[in-house]
Amino acid sequence: MSLLTLSGSPHLQTDRSVRGIMFDVVIALIPALLVSMWFFGLGALKVTLVAVIACVFFEWLITKYLLKAASTVGDGSAIVTGILLAFNLPSNLPAWIIIVGALVSIGVAKMSFGGLGKNPFNPALVGRVFLLISFPVDMTSWPVPRFEGYMSLGGITDAITGPTPLALLKAEKLAELPGYVDVLLGNMGGCLGEVSAAALLLGALYMLYRKVITWHIPVSYLGAVVLFSGILWLVNPGIYVDPLFHLMTGGIMLGAFYMATDMVTSPMSKKGMLLFGFGCGILTILIRVFGAYPEGVSFAILIMNAFVPLINKYMKPKRFGEAVQNG
Amino acid sequence: MTNIIVPAVVSLGSIGLGAAVILYFVAQKFKVIEDPRIDEVEENLPGANCGGCGYAGCRAFAETLVKGADQGDISALNCPAGGNETMANVAKILGMVAEAKDPQIAVLRCSGSRANAPQKVRYDGPQTCQFAHALSSGESGCPNGCLGLGDCVVTCLFDAMYMDEETGLPVIIEDKCVACGACVKACPRVIIELRDKGKKSKRIYVSCMNTEKGALSRKNCTVSCIGCGKCVKVCPHDAITMENNIAYIDDVKCKLCRKCVPECPTAAILELNFPPRKEKTEGEPTPAEA
Amino acid sequence: MKTFTFTLGGIHPEENKISEHSPVERLEIPGQLFVPITQHLGAPAKVLVNKGDQVKTGQLIARGEAFISANIHAPGTGKVSKIDVHPDQSGYRKTMVVIDVDETEVWEDGIDTGTSIIRSIPYAKEEIIQKIKEMGIVGLGGATFPTHVKLMIPDGKKVETLIINGVECEPYLTSDHRVMLERAEEMLVGVQILMKGLGVNRAVIGIEKNKPDAIAHLSTMAAGFPGIEVAPLMVKYPQGAEKQLIKSILNREVPSGKLPLDVGCVVSNAGTALAVYEAVQKNKPLIERVVTVTGKNVKHPCNLLVRVGTPIQALIDKAGGLPENSGKVISGGPMMGKALNTLEAPVTKGTSGILVMQQGESLRKEVQNCIRCAKCTQVCPMGLEPYLLAQEAKLEKWDMAEADKVMDCIECGSCLYTCPSGRPLLDYIRVGKSKVGNIIRTRKN
Repeated sequence: MSLLTLSGSPHLQTDRSVRGIMFDVVIALIPALLVSMWFFGLGALKVTLVAVIACVFFEWLITKYLLKAASTVGDGSAIVTGILLAFNLPSNLPAWIIIVGALVSIGVAKMSFGGLGKNPFNPALVGRVFLLISFPVDMTSWPVPRFEGYMSLGGITDAITGPTPLALLKAEKLAELPGYVDVLLGNMGGCLGEVSAAALLLGALYMLYRKVITWHIPVSYLGAVVLFSGILWLVNPGIYVDPLFHLMTGGIMLGAFYMATDMVTSPMSKKGMLLFGFGCGILTILIRVFGAYPEGVSFAILIMNAFVPLINKYMKPKRFGEAVQNG
Repeated sequence: MTNIIVPAVVSLGSIGLGAAVILYFVAQKFKVIEDPRIDEVEENLPGANCGGCGYAGCRAFAETLVKGADQGDISALNCPAGGNETMANVAKILGMVAEAKDPQIAVLRCSGSRANAPQKVRYDGPQTCQFAHALSSGESGCPNGCLGLGDCVVTCLFDAMYMDEETGLPVIIEDKCVACGACVKACPRVIIELRDKGKKSKRIYVSCMNTEKGALSRKNCTVSCIGCGKCVKVCPHDAITMENNIAYIDDVKCKLCRKCVPECPTAAILELNFPPRKEKTEGEPTPAEA
Repeated sequence: MKTFTFTLGGIHPEENKISEHSPVERLEIPGQLFVPITQHLGAPAKVLVNKGDQVKTGQLIARGEAFISANIHAPGTGKVSKIDVHPDQSGYRKTMVVIDVDETEVWEDGIDTGTSIIRSIPYAKEEIIQKIKEMGIVGLGGATFPTHVKLMIPDGKKVETLIINGVECEPYLTSDHRVMLERAEEMLVGVQILMKGLGVNRAVIGIEKNKPDAIAHLSTMAAGFPGIEVAPLMVKYPQGAEKQLIKSILNREVPSGKLPLDVGCVVSNAGTALAVYEAVQKNKPLIERVVTVTGKNVKHPCNLLVRVGTPIQALIDKAGGLPENSGKVISGGPMMGKALNTLEAPVTKGTSGILVMQQGESLRKEVQNCIRCAKCTQVCPMGLEPYLLAQEAKLEKWDMAEADKVMDCIECGSCLYTCPSGRPLLDYIRVGKSKVGNIIRTRKN
């Protein structure tokens, strides 16, 4: 008989793993990817593939040649970063720009801090914001989804571009805004992953079911958006659109369910998560309504990421026996 | 152009000037007068901040040395990492004389290698001795033996230790060990001891810490000290004492005569850096490692 | 039926109660018994016998003299062959009284070995406490805290409820379950004795819903015992922890650093209640207990009535021997039990089960970076931040660990269980606890 093993208790461990969590996120993102392919054709697939391959490749390259450590590609986090980065890009973006974005995401935002778990900012968002600032024209010419696009796979052209609903809003062209059914399904201009709120919600439900995310951040995020935009809308419905429109458009759904909930860059306690989500929501609407950019989700989440250590320090979880109740 | 440049230069310049003036007065007000000898002493110390002297880093030791010199006594202070040379230099700066101290070295008092103390269970968990020690008596079952997870190697600042993969025991590299004592503190079983380095690095010591009775300790390890006392009897210099079933060789009293080594029935006494014995007896013990 | 549970954290490991339908069997007394003199929390007992002495079953062989200590009795009849060191469950050698067991068993005078159930309790409070102390009763749940100390309520404290822990939240273990099913009446008398000893007139038996037969059986039986009620609880680990159980049943939270006494209750284990019955009504000291021997590969998973001091090897032999691919043998449950160093080690008063794990399940997962998923904070039943405490312990930031309440940790292992990165959180927190505990003690002195 072989030797007995000694180790400290407990002697049971869950079968969930980092890799499992990452692949759950990938599964949750598949409906949104399919919808974006429906609307944007093969361009969407191309952008996603390029981003994922570039992210995985850069992580492998950096671990192997710069850090000279065991490769961490296997945990699947680079794939998630790649997909999330792609979801924040327009479908007609040239491949080389995507690769630059992937390098910034993986190389600068993630690996330079020590790899998975150590990065203070969401890597995909850092890559996206870097591209947005560096290539503003390419990053904001959104191809208009054409319903017949899926029919002629590969035949979709990047020729026709149009503004996102939020850009229309910024330009105060309220009359041209798309209807609710269109925004819910995603039949509007925008990034790959921002278009279909319904598909994103479906994936989010899966993640909630698999306990990859908890309800705290999305609910407080969306709650803050509704609250703040609702107040503005009630003050002057002529200038400001209603909260539902804010919820359905832009990256709020993607941000609230997939980006803000990124485990690494969100707070640890439930109280902290609520505050974090609330901060993201307020900042998003602030930037959308009063800022220079039509969309503020990326910036809002990145700004709140910076507050996470502070939130962790002061928002401790509820301790057992803290509130002495004798009843 | 000038209407932009001039105000900018003037305003920024005046802010800078104002700040400089404030800084100057603040620096004057809060000036810390420090003994210049402290810097000088510190420069002569090794700068490894190993803590072997018992103070928090070389700077703190330098301050203590200067304070000690003012009181006229630095004999209690010693920098093990720098050795006698460093202490002589430092003493010269302070206008004192440092006593030469016998150099010391860390010694592993366990020979429970994989071959001598076979593994009976397998430890699985964080690879630090601290945990393994708290959990159980260890893979070999010896409650005092080396756990082989290398807390001492991790803590050594001088790269003077490495784990021998074959024996599963740490090895101390003589040329690099400065006897700072970090490994002694790191070892949860206090197996490592600082001993006199000895003439030409010759050393004799009991390489076992097992306090159990002979029969019990032999169950776990073939080279454990069984407390038989033969070495005590044979030692002509009264350097060996027996306590808690283990023999201990006093490194000051020991004259390195080597009489005890062949006497030990379990080869628990090790001799290091001696020339090979002339064909004397057949059962010559071989040290686990040098 | 309305069921309760605690609110903070908790996990749901696979229950694997393989042996729950095996009735308790008596394990024959082995040829040699190794009786450790420390089988309880607190100071070791002082040995009263000498080498060569003849002892009867149930005879006092070591007296617990310190305030927190417990008496030890001979678990068999025979000759004391030596008083020497022998490996205990951690592999360290401890002092034990070794008894060479005789063929025929002779019980110490005054012990009632009959099976009739005595229901009337003619003793006063002090007599009950004295008897429990005399018979060396300790908590059988695993912590082995001397029961008589628990019953001595300090002045100024008021207890109104006795909680009986029949939760058995550890996976695999079924010894309390079997006791509650097979010895219900005796156990309930034991609960009454404890109630009398404490001077309370309410007792609640908490049982998780995965033992519906025990809930049904005890509820029916309890009808004949005024003041005793059964509370069915939702299944969640670590409900059997004292503080969590009080929260589940009474919805009271024991504040940090306080005892259940401070919220007006005392918690005792179901098996302990039975031992109390035997001690007080039958004068029988604590020399045997029910031990579950189980594991996925064990041939005959069973519940055995075992004399204290029996080598664990004998229990495993009874259950069909050690399976071929065994990787780990655990004393206790898989969540808080201790991996055994040697099977020579004896069963003690606190051994609730012997669990044999297969090779594949006995190794820890590969350790990866912390991904800050916060799952450990979500499952911590004490509302702590295990990831932070482990890091503070690793970096030796003892003051910070103290401020983050490392001492509140109950070592339930939920954090390590749930960590997707397989990080050794509890291992580090344990180091932190012992260091911070030492610092606090030296500060007090």
